[in-house]
Amino acid sequence: MTRVFDVFAREFMDYFTTPIAYIVICAFLVVTGWFFFATFFIMNQASLRTFFSMLPLVFPFVVPAVTMRLFAEELHSGSLEMLLTLPMDLSDAVIGKFLASSAFVAVMLAPTLSYGIWVSFMGGLDWGPVAGGYAGAVLLGAAYCAIGVFASTLTRNQIISFILGMVICLALSLVDKMLFFFPPDVLAVLHYLGASSHFENIAKGVVDTRDIVYFASVVFLSLYGAHLVMQEKR
Amino acid sequence: MIHMEKLTKYYGEVCAVDGIDLDIRKGEITGLLGPNGAGKTTTMRMLTGYLRPSSGTIRVRDLSVDADPLAVKKRMGYLPESAPLYANMLVYDYLLFVAHARGLKGDKARGRIFAMVELCSLSGIMHRPIGELSKGLRQRVGLAHAMMDDPEILVLDEPTSGLDPNQIVEIRDIIRSFGRDKTIILSTHILSEAQATCDRIVIIDKGKIVADGSTEVLTYGLGEGRSLRLVLAGADLEAARSVLAPVEGVVSVEGAQDAGPGLTALEVRYLPGSDPRPEIYRRIKATDWVILEMAPKGVSLEKVFMELTREA
Repeated sequence: MTRVFDVFAREFMDYFTTPIAYIVICAFLVVTGWFFFATFFIMNQASLRTFFSMLPLVFPFVVPAVTMRLFAEELHSGSLEMLLTLPMDLSDAVIGKFLASSAFVAVMLAPTLSYGIWVSFMGGLDWGPVAGGYAGAVLLGAAYCAIGVFASTLTRNQIISFILGMVICLALSLVDKMLFFFPPDVLAVLHYLGASSHFENIAKGVVDTRDIVYFASVVFLSLYGAHLVMQEKR
Repeated sequence: MIHMEKLTKYYGEVCAVDGIDLDIRKGEITGLLGPNGAGKTTTMRMLTGYLRPSSGTIRVRDLSVDADPLAVKKRMGYLPESAPLYANMLVYDYLLFVAHARGLKGDKARGRIFAMVELCSLSGIMHRPIGELSKGLRQRVGLAHAMMDDPEILVLDEPTSGLDPNQIVEIRDIIRSFGRDKTIILSTHILSEAQATCDRIVIIDKGKIVADGSTEVLTYGLGEGRSLRLVLAGADLEAARSVLAPVEGVVSVEGAQDAGPGLTALEVRYLPGSDPRPEIYRRIKATDWVILEMAPKGVSLEKVFMELTREA
C-alpha cells in the first residue's frame, strides 16, 4: 500500500512540475466557464445544472489529456524498466497512476466551486444537487481516468494514447444519446452502458447503488485491462 | 548466488535468449560480453524480473524470480541501459522517491541518499532536473538509484556506454568501491572494459553462451598456442632462430616489428601446455646476446571475441 502511495505522490507532483497541469486546468475552466455563464442569465436559474450537464461532453477531451502520458511516456523513455524493477508490483504502479490522475481531476474541479459561490450570491442556490453534482463529477472523472490509464498502456505514443482514450470516453458519454439508431432489444443494455445517465442520476442527488456499481465496474475493468496489457508486454 | 537454468526468451518468433545455463557465485564481478543483439539485455531483464522467461528458471539464492519477485527485487539493484530516469524530477526528489519505494523512511532514507551522494559524487547537482544532466552525470544518478538500498546483487546494463574515457574511469571506480563482497553483473561490448573490471567473462552470441571463464583463461587458453616476444641485442634473426628453434615446445621463431636500431625482435610461438621460457633463457645466457625484453603475448580478448562471435 505504501508503494501505491509512493507512485501516486510521484505522479501527482509530476503534473505540477510540467506545464501540462496548468494548461489543462486553464483550458477546462475557460471552456466550462464560458459555456456555463453564456447561458446562465438566459436560463435565469440559480443552479449549476448546466455546468454539470456539460461534463460528460467535456471530460472525454480533458481527462485523456491528463492520463495520456501515464504509461505511454514511460514506455517511450524506458523509465518503466526502472520503476518495475524497484520492489514493486505492476498493480502498485497501475493503481498509483490511476489515483494520481483522479486526484488531478478533483483538483481541476476545485476552482469551479467558485461558480457555486457566485451563483449563491445571485439567488438561493440549493447546495444538495451541487454536492451530488461534484460527487458524480469525481466518479465520472475517475472512471474516465481509468479508461485513460488503459489507453495509455496500449501505445508508447502519447498522441495515440490521447485519441484512444478520447474515443472510448466519448463513446460512453454519447451512447445513450444515440439510442434511436439501435434496435429496441439492446436499448436497455446500451442505456446501462452509457455513462451520462448514471452521472445525471447522481448529479440530481439520487444516490443509487446501480450508478455507483457502474462507475466502480468501469474503473475495475479498465485497470484490470491495463494490468493485463502490461503483463502481456513482459 | 544466482542460478539460471535453460533460460529461454522468445519475442514472437525471434529467439533472443536460447537456453542459457549460468551460475554466478557471491562476490564475483561477471561481465556479460557479446555483440549487439546477442541477448545480454534480455538476460538481465529476466534476471531482474522485468521480463518473464519463455521457459527456464532463475533462482537468486533460494528464491525464484518468477514466484517471489518482490523478495528478489529487494536484494537487487538494477541500472538499465542509458539510465532511463524520470527527466522532469530533480535529482534529490528522484533519489527520495527511490528510497521510499525501496521501503527506506525518514532518517534512514536521508542517510542512504547522502551515502549515495558521497559515493557517486552528486553533491553539486542535487537540485538540477535529471533531464538537463549530461550523460555521465545521469549515469551516476542511475548508479545511485541502483545502489540505494545497498543491494547484495548489482545488475548494470552497459554502464559505461557512450561515456568519455574519464567518465568511464569514474563509473568503474564507483562500481569498484561499492563493495568487495557484492555480486555484480555488468554487460558491455567494450572488451577492454570487461578486462579491466570483471573477474569473470561470459561471452554471449545469438542467445547462447559461447565462452565462460576468467579474463586470463579466455585470453590465454583460447586460440592456438601462445607466443613470446623477445628483443635481443647483438643477435641476428638467423642466428637466433638456430639457437631457439630446437627448444622443446617451440613451434616457430619469426622476426617481429618495433625493435630499435641494432636490435632484433622475435616472436616465438610455442604449444599450449608447454613452457619453454626457462630453456630459452638458458640458451640465450650461453651466448653473448643481451635480453632487453621478454614478454608473453596473450591472444587479445578482441581476437577471442571476434573468433567466437563471427558470422558462421
